[in-house]
Amino acid sequence: MFYLKLSFRNAFRHPLRAVLTITGVAVAILAFGLLRTLVGLWYLGVETSSSTRLVTRSSISLVFSLPVSYRERIRQIPGVKEVSMMNWFGGIYVSEKNFFPNFAVEPKTFLALYPEFIVDEGEKKSFLNDRRGAAAGSKLAAKHGWKVGDRIVLKGTIFPGEWDFVLRAIYRGAQRSTDESQFFFHWDYLNESLRKTVPRRADQVGIYMVGVDTPEKAPEVAQAIDATFRNSLAETMSETEKAFQLSFVAMTEAIMIAIKIVSYVVIVIIMVVAANTMAMTARERIAEYATMKALGFRWSHVAVTVFAESLLIALLGGTIGVLLTFPAANLLEKELSQFFPVFIISTETIYFQFAAAALVGIVASVFPVYRASTINIAEGLRRVG
Amino acid sequence: MECSNSSAKGVEKSHVVELISVFKSYQRGSQIIPVLEDISFRIQEGDFLALMGPSGSGKSTLLNLIAGIDHADKGTILVNGVDISSLNESGLASWRSVNVGLIFQFYNLIPVLTAFENVELPLLLTGLSARRRKEQVETVLSLLNLSDRIDHFPSQLSGGQQQRVAIARAMVTDPAILVADEPTGDLDRTSAAEILSFMGRLVKEFGKTIIMVTHDPKAAENAHRIIHLEKGVLLNPGQQKI
Repeated sequence: MFYLKLSFRNAFRHPLRAVLTITGVAVAILAFGLLRTLVGLWYLGVETSSSTRLVTRSSISLVFSLPVSYRERIRQIPGVKEVSMMNWFGGIYVSEKNFFPNFAVEPKTFLALYPEFIVDEGEKKSFLNDRRGAAAGSKLAAKHGWKVGDRIVLKGTIFPGEWDFVLRAIYRGAQRSTDESQFFFHWDYLNESLRKTVPRRADQVGIYMVGVDTPEKAPEVAQAIDATFRNSLAETMSETEKAFQLSFVAMTEAIMIAIKIVSYVVIVIIMVVAANTMAMTARERIAEYATMKALGFRWSHVAVTVFAESLLIALLGGTIGVLLTFPAANLLEKELSQFFPVFIISTETIYFQFAAAALVGIVASVFPVYRASTINIAEGLRRVG
Repeated sequence: MECSNSSAKGVEKSHVVELISVFKSYQRGSQIIPVLEDISFRIQEGDFLALMGPSGSGKSTLLNLIAGIDHADKGTILVNGVDISSLNESGLASWRSVNVGLIFQFYNLIPVLTAFENVELPLLLTGLSARRRKEQVETVLSLLNLSDRIDHFPSQLSGGQQQRVAIARAMVTDPAILVADEPTGDLDRTSAAEILSFMGRLVKEFGKTIIMVTHDPKAAENAHRIIHLEKGVLLNPGQQKI
């Protein structure tokens, strides 16, 4: 108890220095937490993907589409429970800065395959029954002030023209991590329009989403799908949803690695700053450590005092940093909603933040602890005055 | 406590401190600088000894050796029959906490601790309960007329008051000897006189043995005996007060 009291009072002996060091640690831990969260969010799609869903796309590239006729053939493969299809639409709402993901889907099978998108029964029914109907995530709807029944016009980029929709449903996520910023509409609506305007682009599907009975069957079903269309004009590549999401993440992996490195560099910088502060502190207090040792205190007593002081400052800064992470994340969620629809601070990140703060405290104390505990008493006592 | 009592044999009971052919030198680079050479003398129980000499004569080093703060290169130092030159660091730390009270020129109080807490410091190394420690600290502080300053931090005390707190810290464990390195060196005349008078009382009324290093002949006048050191050599080991 005495050592804790002494360490606490020593920590705040120079209030300005203590406040600046604590602030430095807090900012570093905050930055570390946010950067880690950013990296985590990049992989969120991978982590939240279902193990009972496969994605089938053109074996050449995602840019190439597949014939709509594949749907029934896939459905007949043993182990397949449900098949849905999707086209990336890439429409713009009013201006490009309002970007949000929008897809043409087959609503009935899509909602059956993705139970994480929760839609009220009434809204679901009206969405399914209206060919021009659309469903938007609650965050997206809130952002643009949309209500069910509103007319929404998207300007096509891949599919030129102005596309008129009526918002029939607003979905919410089953979990906090579910993306509530997407926009879905009927694939049939897109296809029928294309049949009239660009017939050669009609009856084409971007990807098929395939529901399988059990996760164990996924590899077997994927192989069977690809085997079915081997040597055809549009060969397929089927993979788990997780693998499909990973292929997107892999494109930006270098950026993610860079962000990770930066997050560690931030910690190393604050470690050096804290170590310098603690070294200065130890140098100023050499006479006091020598006095304590002269009075009969062991090197371990002195070491504990210095160590506790360093840890106290680092953990205090760390705690403030962790507490600031939540409002900062809320702010970022609002500001960057088009890129990061959810900005969740995971429990793991909080543990990492505290661990990083503790590491800063431990590393910063190494030199001062060594110096304080090995000080020659006679020499140390001469430092007074 | 890791103490050797084997050396106690043959030491007169009334001799609290005995130095036998003590040598000490320091190394500066490749050069060895002798500080103390063949020092031998005895201090009796209840003695008040002043160590005098010019700067660099080795007085503080000698005091440090007696206090168990530094090690002699050669020779024997017996304190209360214990050969402290044979103790290791850990043994010396334990020995110091019980047997020696230290008083420094610049008081060496811990700035973040109150007068009470500073005096309590050495008692934390004993097995005393918090209640007993409180009683003991309060008693010592009242002896030094510091009862009203118990919760004051060193920065809130005058130099004389700080030195009285340091004396209280030195005597709170009731050690056999008190060693004081220039205890009045940083004080004005009035405070210095007050401290010296109190040290005199410690010897007279409490039977303490005090070894004091001083430059000040006035301060040395309070001692029973004065020993002069010059260039590490003892000039008058047996000389009584002038």
